[in-house]
Amino acid sequence: MAMLEVKDVHKSYGTCEVLKGVSFTMERHQTKVIIGTSGTGKSTLLKCINQLDPPEKGQVWLEGEELTNPSADLNRIRQKIGFVFQDFNLFNHLTALRNVSIGLEKVKKIEKEKARERALEELRRVGLEKQAHQYPAQLSGGQKQRVGIARALAMDPSIILFDEPTSALDPELIGDVLDVMKNLAGKVAMLIVTHEMGFARNVADEIIFMEGGYIIESGSPEQMFNNAKVERTRQFLGRISTLYGKE
Amino acid sequence: MGRAYGKQPLRFLIYLYEKIFRGLPLLVILFLMYFGLNQIGIRITGFAAAIIGLVLHSTAYQVQIYRSAINSIPDGQKTAALSIGMSKTKTIFYIILPQVLRLSIPGWSNEFTILLKDSLIAFSIGVFELMARADAINATHPSGTLSVLLFIAALYFILVFSINRGLNYLEKKYRISGYEVAAAR
Repeated sequence: MAMLEVKDVHKSYGTCEVLKGVSFTMERHQTKVIIGTSGTGKSTLLKCINQLDPPEKGQVWLEGEELTNPSADLNRIRQKIGFVFQDFNLFNHLTALRNVSIGLEKVKKIEKEKARERALEELRRVGLEKQAHQYPAQLSGGQKQRVGIARALAMDPSIILFDEPTSALDPELIGDVLDVMKNLAGKVAMLIVTHEMGFARNVADEIIFMEGGYIIESGSPEQMFNNAKVERTRQFLGRISTLYGKE
Repeated sequence: MGRAYGKQPLRFLIYLYEKIFRGLPLLVILFLMYFGLNQIGIRITGFAAAIIGLVLHSTAYQVQIYRSAINSIPDGQKTAALSIGMSKTKTIFYIILPQVLRLSIPGWSNEFTILLKDSLIAFSIGVFELMARADAINATHPSGTLSVLLFIAALYFILVFSINRGLNYLEKKYRISGYEVAAAR
């Protein structure tokens, strides 16, 4: 059985149906990238997976547990699903270190000293050891996002969901965040919504192209960029590569 | 808290309370508490009536202070807390409240000053506080009126000033580093 299984997920806001039946699976340590034009439900899909925005129809399974079951213990299961936000959403009143350690202390009930050590380890992993005692308002966008990644990592998730993690960053800072993500590839499963085509091409095991609430096509980067079967996929990727260059 | 997060009907009840007690002048509330309650057979002392009246009045205003502080915290932080597996209660306790309390200090210090000075109105329902004593002195020694009133003014000023200094200190002490940088930009 696959680690993550998304089955026929539907989601509407008012009368507007954003997801019209999305299904896919993910295995352990896999990296999948979701691409597509804005407003096609990519971010909504991520929120449907960890039930921050529960779907009306369909099922989500993680490691044999159904999250869409009303009696599921979401607070426990969510620890296994990291989430990295477009606008970081760091806790403004806590230092970088405490942002990472608070989940360990208050959710995993690890004692304070050990939680701090672990948090420091995660900050080292994202290259922010020196900034451990700074507050979010004192960090640059790229640093904030790396704290966000460290915060997700500290909970030992099976999978991390990335919701356009670099789209609020200056071009110069994007590289730092993408480097951290590249290093994670193969160590933890990642489902990434992004417009960074170069990254998708180099790091993803599979690319999923979404439009209008459906998955139009999915496949390896090689196949998607060079041999897409669906005309619309070719059109989209063609336009993207003329915009951003071949790489 | 109830106003921002509560479910109906709690939310509505708080809303109603706030509208009523912010809509009535303090003097009317105090009179209702003292003379009104007395008439329907509930006998409380003037002092108790003054305390209850002042608290009900001031709380209605404080609801607004806390509510605006809660609303000024980006929703994303709540979402982020849930995403690492925090329960709603823990999110409010560890993420929202520490920020709300900090943001509330300036508004709260304002409200406190008003409350302290409003307590003078308790004089009107016979509570024997400073103004009542001053009145009594004035009746027996009319020539001392000005100096007694000036003394009371000075007393209140010192009280309000020192308490506000204290709150200011709290505000500075618990300021979140980096915010002053953000504000200056």
